[in-house]
Amino acid sequence: MRSRLLPTVLSTLLLATALAGCGSDSKESPKTLVVATHDSWAMSKSVLAKFKAETGITVKVRPQGDAGELTNKLVLTKDSPLADGVYGIDNTFASRAVDAGILTAYDAKELPSSAEQYRLTGDAKDDLTPIDYGDVCVNVDDSWFAKKNLTPPKTLDDLAKPAYKGLFVTPGATTSSPGLAFLLATIAAKGDGWQDYWKQLMANDTKITAGWTDAYEVDFTAGGGNGDRPIVTSYSSSPPFTIPKGATEPTTSALLDTCFRQVEYAGVLKGSDNPAGMKKFIDFMVGQDFQEALPDNMYVYPVDSTVKLPADWASYAPVSPHPYSVDPSAVTKNRTTWLREWRDVTSQ
Amino acid sequence: MTLRVRWGTVAIAAVPLTALVLFFVYPVVGMLARGLWPDGSLDLGAVTEVLGRPRTHRVLWFTVWSAGVATLVSVLAGLPVAFVLHRLRFPGRDLLRALVVVPFVLPTVVVGVAFRQLIAPSGPLGSLGLDGTATAIVAALVFFNISVVVRTVGAFWEAIDTRREEAAAVLGASPWQVFRTVTLPALVPGIVSAASVVFLFCATSFGVVLTMGGLRYSNVETEIYLLTTQELDLTGAAALSILQLVVITALLVLAARVRRSPGPVDRTTKRLPRPRLRQLPVLLWAGLVIVFLMAPLASLLSASLRQGDTWGLDNYRALGTTGAHNALLVPATTGLANSLQIAMVATVIALVLGSCVAFLVSRPGGGRPMGVLDGVFMLPLGVSAVTVGFGFLITLDKPPLDLRESALLIPIAQAMVALPLVVRTLAPVLRSVDDRQRQAAASLGAGPLRVLLTVDVPVAWRALIAAAGFAFAVSLGEFGATSFLARDDNPTLPVVIYRLIGHPGAENFGMAMAASVVLAATTAVVMFAVQRLRVASVGAF
Repeated sequence: MRSRLLPTVLSTLLLATALAGCGSDSKESPKTLVVATHDSWAMSKSVLAKFKAETGITVKVRPQGDAGELTNKLVLTKDSPLADGVYGIDNTFASRAVDAGILTAYDAKELPSSAEQYRLTGDAKDDLTPIDYGDVCVNVDDSWFAKKNLTPPKTLDDLAKPAYKGLFVTPGATTSSPGLAFLLATIAAKGDGWQDYWKQLMANDTKITAGWTDAYEVDFTAGGGNGDRPIVTSYSSSPPFTIPKGATEPTTSALLDTCFRQVEYAGVLKGSDNPAGMKKFIDFMVGQDFQEALPDNMYVYPVDSTVKLPADWASYAPVSPHPYSVDPSAVTKNRTTWLREWRDVTSQ
Repeated sequence: MTLRVRWGTVAIAAVPLTALVLFFVYPVVGMLARGLWPDGSLDLGAVTEVLGRPRTHRVLWFTVWSAGVATLVSVLAGLPVAFVLHRLRFPGRDLLRALVVVPFVLPTVVVGVAFRQLIAPSGPLGSLGLDGTATAIVAALVFFNISVVVRTVGAFWEAIDTRREEAAAVLGASPWQVFRTVTLPALVPGIVSAASVVFLFCATSFGVVLTMGGLRYSNVETEIYLLTTQELDLTGAAALSILQLVVITALLVLAARVRRSPGPVDRTTKRLPRPRLRQLPVLLWAGLVIVFLMAPLASLLSASLRQGDTWGLDNYRALGTTGAHNALLVPATTGLANSLQIAMVATVIALVLGSCVAFLVSRPGGGRPMGVLDGVFMLPLGVSAVTVGFGFLITLDKPPLDLRESALLIPIAQAMVALPLVVRTLAPVLRSVDDRQRQAAASLGAGPLRVLLTVDVPVAWRALIAAAGFAFAVSLGEFGATSFLARDDNPTLPVVIYRLIGHPGAENFGMAMAASVVLAATTAVVMFAVQRLRVASVGAF
């Protein structure tokens, strides 16, 4: 009998510690602020320390997956929010978050005037505050084209031309957020003809991978895997990463006529334990210090256009002058249909 | 006496069952309920609609056949390796045993990239045209799962008495006849055990299918992932989760029927023989499999030592930093420390719970209830990590079970994944103990504890250590559940690697490769140490 008790006692103890352990840190004091973010969150400690010095609030960051996963988790946990606020919902998921009613309106103090163009419209105007944006663009390996004495493509139409057959690789729209952005760029550019355009792309031997990593690090000629496709869907901020050691110029560039603009937002979650703290943090995020730190930490462009960009960004990571865009509510309304149609076109 | 034993049984069963209900059943049911009762009323029409879609049928068929083929190949490839590494004695054997486990813990994203770099049109094996094919998916699944076969069957094989085989040989049976008529029948329970675990791993793998298949193929798991994380179609996801549960329950019932106790086995502690020339075909076969397992590891190693056109240790030195352009929130080395800590806690939980389950299901005369118990603890392997992960978030959110912010959440989730492997390693060995030995000990006056210590433990000790090593390895490499739960202040090494490889820049890619090699090496060292420990401890009995 004693023998059987031993494992029982051990595991009961274990469970007891488990339950006790969770009790101790489950309640956040008002001096801390929990922010749910996407996985790409990165911010230097000194910037967050500055926020703490100004407000006495410690920010705890909880990455929750990509923008889609983040939004869906917050929608699912609406009755018992995961965090006080959110950062990282983008314009392709914004209206899902708004429609689900997970946000509390907040009109950020001193929102830079250059940020006005990125605000949501209508009743949802104050639900989310734009913090930064980035352009998803087709990137080309210039050194590959130079070596082959070929002219790199410039436009979406070029990608479907025979000269570039078998050279383009893109992450899929159903599995990747840049992949979805590129699909939206083609929808904005081609309107109802977008499916025909994708048929042409597929006929031109376009390769579709699951994620950005597979496309860039395996198939792209300038990625980690030295692949065999010199054209890839990535970001307008990717080229500076391809500056070889000791050199000053990148070997790749972004095609600025192929870009979709992704805007990232922050918001206060309904049912938050610390709404006041999150409001302060949103004010801080649109302020000078945070905005200045965005390019180096998260490779995105600050919504405040008066903020100075890093030197190599100014030269090698310009944003698109005329990016494509699709209204966020249209994205939410049509997402499932578009993705299903896209899946049908690309799997033929 | 009978009454006391029953109460003991109930008490021992209560602990793992409580854990299973709290950390698996409750979250999964919570998630299913969201999908099936979207507005407070049961919506079965939507479920039948999802199940009737031609796409669902395609996805189900692909899941079953890809996992089935991968399981078959894993067993065929793993058996000779299990023999060579567990029934022969040669220098370097322990090191090989440790290395063989490594593929199992590597993050899928890294293996996916390593594999694709080999088979992409630009890679050394590009001419085979495997990129994006079902063959590539199956090959990657096999790569991950061979070690499950080697270790589960190996632990079992070690415990089989060789004298019956020797007797058959003396009576004139050829080595093949001996294997077919004596060894194989004795191994069947171990093989079925391993095969069912492998099938569950394959049927629920999603990283491999996404990376290797390039969207041409989907299995039930990738479909649930997309429906839940991207489309928020919870009804569709719930319908597929139920489908997954039904298929897996059917499989487990089938496996339980095939898996019969081999009956009691007498044991000797004879030294293992050295390889002999007539075993050359088996040795070659095992050698080829080991080469297949090591090739991607070698390519990882070489990628980790390269930075641009130069070779060196820069990528390893960079692990103390947060990567180029601040790719990480904490240095990669912190990720390693987190991983080790979490793995230790997860191993303890999995061993405690797993020993209880294995002890119960291996009692003779347990009958049907124990068979059910055995199957029930396999379920966590067969249900989507997305469903469990999201379920954690929506169910474990209120006191007294507000675990979402607890540091124990990740170890618990990982322990639930490791638990079936612990049971699978321990139970067959315990089952092979002749109950008459226990009865003899008891009739000689030994109390239950004494019986356990003198009869069961000496036999199960090796398997227990093997199980501990395995649980540790599972926890080190676990990514599915962890990625849904990891918090920024304690990312595990696989999470760190995933982040690094998701950032552009040669430095980050190099660091991801170096971190993967560190993960692989850590696993190998732990497995190797466990082996050494085992040899030393066995002498104590």
